[in-house]
Amino acid sequence: SKQRSMSSASSNANARLGEQIWQKMPKMNAEFFTLTYGSLVVQLVKDLEDVQKVNEQLEKMGHSIGMRLVDEFLAKSGVTNCSDFAETADVIAKVAFKMFLGVAVDVTSWNAEKTACSLLLYDNPLADYVELPVNVDLYYSNILCGVIRGALEMVQLRVEAYFVRDTLRGDDVNEIRLELKERIKDEMAEEYRRE
Amino acid sequence: SPTNHRTMPMLLIVGSREPLYEAEFSTGPQSKTEDTAHLNQFILHSAMDMVDDAAQSTNNMYLRIVDRFNDQNVFAFVTAGNIRFLLLHEGRNEEQVKAFFQEVYEAYVKLLMNPFYSYDTPICSTSFDQRIQAIARRYL
Repeated sequence: SKQRSMSSASSNANARLGEQIWQKMPKMNAEFFTLTYGSLVVQLVKDLEDVQKVNEQLEKMGHSIGMRLVDEFLAKSGVTNCSDFAETADVIAKVAFKMFLGVAVDVTSWNAEKTACSLLLYDNPLADYVELPVNVDLYYSNILCGVIRGALEMVQLRVEAYFVRDTLRGDDVNEIRLELKERIKDEMAEEYRRE
Repeated sequence: SPTNHRTMPMLLIVGSREPLYEAEFSTGPQSKTEDTAHLNQFILHSAMDMVDDAAQSTNNMYLRIVDRFNDQNVFAFVTAGNIRFLLLHEGRNEEQVKAFFQEVYEAYVKLLMNPFYSYDTPICSTSFDQRIQAIARRYL
């Protein structure tokens, strides 16, 4: 049967690629980045009042970012078609997260069908110095889930991404659950073929 | 009289309109009455004018001893954002208190980086409190 999970050799190659591109990416001051995102979240919390709406809004904003970010990703990384979802997840973790956020991410906890996994973020620059107010059900970094969903949508994968563990909420690590829902059929391609 | 008790050092962080944070640092078993607690606050608040005077006279953030009451010294530190740190302490070691204030300032700046904390408002963060207690144990 076909090898479904990433061999460590391919994963290491992805990690090296991520590191290479990260070196060449233009950088900005980390604290300014953190403060900017923090202001954004706090403003949303003040404007929307309902914290669930804030979580949704962050995800939506991320989705819009992801849809555009994927082009830059593909152009700079040179990554072409992934053979299966396991490779997709590995590329997101080792190449994309590395080149855009400078962080190392691990892929774990695959289900039997290899359609769902977890992304573990040990470091999250968005959340540096942040302390959530008590009793607030906020997923502070939810924008990341939207970015993943938006980016994958542009390569014909419909996914759900959501936080299951968050260091700001008291957990020891950040864990995003990534679930493949459907491969989106390319409608236009079908029409051209018929003609 | 309050001088019969060995009083605990006390840190007060004062904003533009109100105190923002208060911490007492236990240095060992001692009796502390309601009187001593209120007296300490009185001492620190009445020193504020002296702090303002001292702040005007220098560009330094560390203002050293700005006031005395019986055997207690009031040390002061003004941040770049004009927030005042006051330490009530029987000790006289100005260099040690300077180092103490530097670390308190670092903890305070980290707190300011928290987008959920508004500048010049009361400080409720338990992690800030824990950090301050740890700093006090090292220096006082």
